[in-house]
Amino acid sequence: MIDLLSLRKKHGRQAIPDIMKAQLPDNFRGFPLLNEALSAGGRSALAGACPTGAIQASPLHLDMGKCIFCGECEHVSNGAIRFTGNHLLGSASREGLVVTSGKTPDVYERTAIGNRREIHRLFGRSLKLRQVSAAGCNGCEMELAAAGNVNFDMGRFGIDFVASPRHADGIVITGPVSRNMAPALRDAIESIGEPRVIIAVGACAISGGLFADSPELDRSFFDVFTVDLYIPGCPPHPLTFIRGVLSFLERA
Amino acid sequence: MKWLKIINVQPVALADIPLIDIHDFRAGMIHRMHSGLRLVQFFAHPQEDTTVTLFAVLADDGQASLYVAGAKVARGADYPAVTPNVPAAHVFEREIYEQSGLLPQGHPWLKPVRKGIAGIDPSEMPYEFFRMNGDEVHEVGVGPIHAGVIEPGHFRFSCTGETVHHLEIELGFQHRGLEALMIRNQHPLYQMKLAETIAGDTVIGHGTAFVNAMEALGGVRCPRRAEQIRVIALELERVGVHLGDLSALSGDVAYLTGQSVFGAMRTQAINTSMVISGSRFGRGLLTPGGVRFDISGAMKRDILSTVDELQDKTELAAEVLFTSSSVLSRFERTGIISEATARNIGLVGPAGRASGIPIDVRADFPFGAYASFPVHAFSLKSGDVFARAYLRYVEIIQSLRIIREQVETLGDGPVSVNTGPIKGGQFVVSLCEGWRGEIAHTVITGRDGRCARYKIKDPSFNNWFGLALAVRMEGISDFPLCNKSFNLSYCGFDL
Repeated sequence: MIDLLSLRKKHGRQAIPDIMKAQLPDNFRGFPLLNEALSAGGRSALAGACPTGAIQASPLHLDMGKCIFCGECEHVSNGAIRFTGNHLLGSASREGLVVTSGKTPDVYERTAIGNRREIHRLFGRSLKLRQVSAAGCNGCEMELAAAGNVNFDMGRFGIDFVASPRHADGIVITGPVSRNMAPALRDAIESIGEPRVIIAVGACAISGGLFADSPELDRSFFDVFTVDLYIPGCPPHPLTFIRGVLSFLERA
Repeated sequence: MKWLKIINVQPVALADIPLIDIHDFRAGMIHRMHSGLRLVQFFAHPQEDTTVTLFAVLADDGQASLYVAGAKVARGADYPAVTPNVPAAHVFEREIYEQSGLLPQGHPWLKPVRKGIAGIDPSEMPYEFFRMNGDEVHEVGVGPIHAGVIEPGHFRFSCTGETVHHLEIELGFQHRGLEALMIRNQHPLYQMKLAETIAGDTVIGHGTAFVNAMEALGGVRCPRRAEQIRVIALELERVGVHLGDLSALSGDVAYLTGQSVFGAMRTQAINTSMVISGSRFGRGLLTPGGVRFDISGAMKRDILSTVDELQDKTELAAEVLFTSSSVLSRFERTGIISEATARNIGLVGPAGRASGIPIDVRADFPFGAYASFPVHAFSLKSGDVFARAYLRYVEIIQSLRIIREQVETLGDGPVSVNTGPIKGGQFVVSLCEGWRGEIAHTVITGRDGRCARYKIKDPSFNNWFGLALAVRMEGISDFPLCNKSFNLSYCGFDL
């Protein structure tokens, strides 16, 4: 009993007090700053340094929907690409994820998700989500589960993962969608009543990521259904997910 | 016929591996395994002509030796299965059949591994589950999508009342074609990143197996300092997952203090990986020839103080958890795998050690900096959820000690060297003890120095069948607990 009390005292309060103010360590690889002027001469090397083909050399841009944030391009970029510690990466459109030269995190943060009054009215106070891993490697899955743990405590905002799609207002997809998971993913979305939101988390779900060329995928889901929110990363940090969803709900 | 004796991460010329007649190969394999050797890998390598070469890698754990041989068989032919004599081969032979078409004649259970599952592709042969007959029997089907935020797989229980008589597990939903992608795009950076996603909870484990194999094939030795940083990262990964699993096991028996305390410690552990590599799972840290990120003086102090704090809290939390009678009544004598069963089906890692098989790649086949200090392969005899949980605790404490020692003795010098071209016509087996157990990557290069075969075995490949056996005659409500005590990878199995 004494041990239990002592353990609880040591445990203390673990929840991050203010999610809006939480910062990540400097070496976290978040929003990329691009400077086209510095890329002269080495652009093809830059594009060649990307394992997922996220970088286009001319004009220089980086697609965060494909980027796995490994930082390899930064090593050879001569300053043309620099990953900042900024973790606000969510976007309401696929095109919005493409970062061009000179774009700053501030501008991105203000414009990437935009005004969604209807979403706020419907889900602003409570959003229940069904997570479907469709060949996700467990990286995104672990970070999404962590979003609900004692540290990040996403439940404080009324956002939770639920067991049944019948209880859900939306779906969170991770993984590149294997052929073997395509039917189950379709069943899950069709079990969720409208209106519903679709959130794609991680490079694999957004673009196929490292697996984009695999014949074992079936991404036809994305031809039929429209994604409402993209959360890039490999895997995205729990704060990236929570802040993205809060922004989408106009809670932040 | 003599098999070639090699050690872990030793490249050998493909031409030196004895290719023997399939019947001698099979007999030699069975004979060696009945004399105490263990099956590490057994796979098909389809050739450009009309043949398939079967390769088997057997481990002599006590002697740090691996034995390799191959056998050439005509494509589409069959061969007498090994499984009736060595049950541990069952899933390897199912995979061989699926990947090469070679039929293991007499295999008792030629169930699909990754293809032809759940009637998804009409061109593939559908599979019929085992069925238990009787008026009182009912079936419970779970998945592929599970209730939690986890990977997909299908479980089918045959029960009477609450009692599970049989659990059949169907995997393959996560199949991404990973081995084929390793051959398709041979850019070293792409392959490195792919290795990190074999199982996203074992980034450093699979990453280490990959870089060790590539360095062996390129004839380079990673600098000492980088080897130490790799050890620190691998042990941090183990500590993080083990703490997370103790949290989840506590949650599964409604012990909420344990759930939140171990959960918060797990956050601390993986945040330490973030301090080193910028990723909570160590992504981007490893590269053939060394590591991408160094550990600075300030970082050393941070890591050491985190390690001390984690040790202090883990000891206290484990004392509280493992003396709570409500926890013990759920953990003890639940989901038992006997040592004989564990050996028969070839369990590895903490699941094997919990059933009295003291094998650990770090101790038996040391690689990198592990060659320079002792690692103990702790084991228990009871084979139940308690043993699998308690070993996690013991291993956390050992890993924290290793991290502390490596940080304190971190040498000077560079953290990476340039890698040379990959040698052609080589064969290398790279073993690494991930937190789940033995990871094996076997790489075969063609004459041009390109990878011709990249064979991956996650410890889950050995262990999933163990979970199916562990829940027999248990209450179905103990399934989540048994499942978490193994915590196996879906994508590591499905590839």
